[in-house]
Amino acid sequence: MNRMLSIAWKEMIQARRDRLTMGMMVGIPIIQLLLFGYAINTDVRNIATVVYDQDHSEESRGFVRRMEATGFYDVVGHVKSYEEIGIALRSRDAMVALVVPPRFGAEVEAGRAAQLQLVVDGSDPQVVASATDTAMSLAAARSSVLTIERLQRLGQPVSAPTQVIALEPATWYNPDLRTAVFIVPGLVGVILTMTLVMFTAMAIARERERGTLEQLIVSPIRSGELTVGKILPYIAVGYLQMTLILVVGSLVFDVPIVGSIPLLYLLSVFFIAASLAVGLFFSTLAKTQQQAMQMSFFFLLPNILLSGFMFPWEAMPAPARWLSTILPLTHYLRVIRGIVLKGASLAELSSELVWLAGLTLVLIIVVSMRFQKKLG
Amino acid sequence: MSDPVVVEGLSRSFGTLVAVSDVSFRVHRGEIFGLLGPNGAGKSTTLRMLCGILDPSAGRATVVGFDVAKEPERVKQNIGYMTQRFSLYEDLSVEENLNFYAGVYGLRRRERRARIPAELERAGLTDRRDQIAGTLSGGWKQRLALVCATIHEPPLLFLDEPTAGVDPVSRREFWAHIHRIASAGTTVIVTTHYMDEAERCHRLAFIFRGSLLDIGTPTEIIKRRNIRVAVITTSNVGRAVDLLTPYPSVDEVAPFGDRLRVATLDAVDPIALAREVLGQSPGVLDAREIVPNVEDAFVAMVHSEARAGAGS
Repeated sequence: MNRMLSIAWKEMIQARRDRLTMGMMVGIPIIQLLLFGYAINTDVRNIATVVYDQDHSEESRGFVRRMEATGFYDVVGHVKSYEEIGIALRSRDAMVALVVPPRFGAEVEAGRAAQLQLVVDGSDPQVVASATDTAMSLAAARSSVLTIERLQRLGQPVSAPTQVIALEPATWYNPDLRTAVFIVPGLVGVILTMTLVMFTAMAIARERERGTLEQLIVSPIRSGELTVGKILPYIAVGYLQMTLILVVGSLVFDVPIVGSIPLLYLLSVFFIAASLAVGLFFSTLAKTQQQAMQMSFFFLLPNILLSGFMFPWEAMPAPARWLSTILPLTHYLRVIRGIVLKGASLAELSSELVWLAGLTLVLIIVVSMRFQKKLG
Repeated sequence: MSDPVVVEGLSRSFGTLVAVSDVSFRVHRGEIFGLLGPNGAGKSTTLRMLCGILDPSAGRATVVGFDVAKEPERVKQNIGYMTQRFSLYEDLSVEENLNFYAGVYGLRRRERRARIPAELERAGLTDRRDQIAGTLSGGWKQRLALVCATIHEPPLLFLDEPTAGVDPVSRREFWAHIHRIASAGTTVIVTTHYMDEAERCHRLAFIFRGSLLDIGTPTEIIKRRNIRVAVITTSNVGRAVDLLTPYPSVDEVAPFGDRLRVATLDAVDPIALAREVLGQSPGVLDAREIVPNVEDAFVAMVHSEARAGAGS
């Protein structure tokens, strides 16, 4: 009993002296709780929506207004062609597009059936259901109102269709709403984050722990040579992992690669660089490999929960979305899903690339400021 | 050619702690220069400043003609550095370690191809070149670390407690090798708290609590302390220690088995003193005066500092 208590007592002292472990003990439950309870929400609201109104009637504007009033749709712009809908969806400016056909208002006025179209980005299956359901019920409700009005006006039953406004949903990209199609490209990003951040974070801590870092510091090697030399092999590791996931994903899970593979490989370097920079940043903070590992794990949590990998980014409250914009994975998911699932072009992904490059640059500046070839 | 190491008023503090205070010395070419002192005295801090990896708080040091604070990278190109941790990559083989350090020091592929087999041969490591460094014994690790630290043939070699944790035979071989390197013209600066190693240096600097107490050849340093040492056999060692210790002219009484080692200050005759103090019982059964060594000088110096510290 006494012996056991001695061990417990020593364990407590050690845990208390290790500030990082202590912080993680308290921090992880709190952050997990906040993330899961507050930020994670699969009920999507404020879905960015574009409107392709070929009618410009009172009725079409009214329908758009009613859509916005539900709180589920957030009209971010108007487009003039299906082509522009494609661009908006691929660059992720919008996830939903409402298409109003010509003479929509006139047809409804005349009591004839008219059809609206709702184009939904199927690359995130979780968004599709809530996006279409709400619009469908809006169309049904409006139809009833129109039918009742017409009845009252004419005072007698009419041979009008029961539903004046029909809404035809159209799912673009991943029309079968298969989860694997959504998850596999995202997994590339998650696995790269996990391995690259951890490898680089531990690589310098290992040298520090074994005393070889001091030997390197007394050598004429430059900080830049050391840093770049350290991360070069891991860039290759990153590409290898990415290739592996995409090949297995396409062979086993039948995930199509719609866009340009060379473009994907080219643009992935931005994300690999950002992840390695995060790892290097951790390595300047961590004194031991264990600390480096803890930090990497801690970093992984918000990446999985907030980046849009598992839960719809659109459903998160604003603070969670702000936080997620400083995670490289958030931007890379849009790049890789954009290319793999939607065939997005370089121009359509430019804003994500600017973010990734910016994050990398900031981290590299911080890292080189912290990593000096000096002791003490 | 001027001295490869010139240190003038070098100081370093960490916050309020003064690790090195106003240290000055010169090291001549081809000399084995020892920095001697107890743990935490400031030896390693001094060495790190000389290597250009720690900035001095005050004073200056020139190493192979370059100022350590202003041109640390030029210094680094011209020095070899080996610590007690040996800093080998334990998961690389002997040859891979050498290849790596040769590359870090900018040796070209052709130079490497010529030099590495020669160095392996010279260190007797040829048969072990494919062995994983982590599986080498302490002595072999030390040899490999020394080859790694000197692969770029630096004119100046720093050794920070190079023989900690190495068996006595390997230590002797190591020192023989260091002397060969020095006679070939390389200057060696070594920190140690092993007294037998200190005696193998050409010159010594005693560092205690960050200050330089004395500098000179081992013989000069011992002579300056003005101590005499005797080995005395007595019937009750414990009692004899208690009786002798309070005498102000006794610097130290140390039991060695059934004998005592008595060191006296100010050239007081230790045997006469022991006979007078120990009397009939426990008595002096046998006594023999011996030549003081560096350890005696070191202990005397530390004691005298402690007394000065207590008195002020």
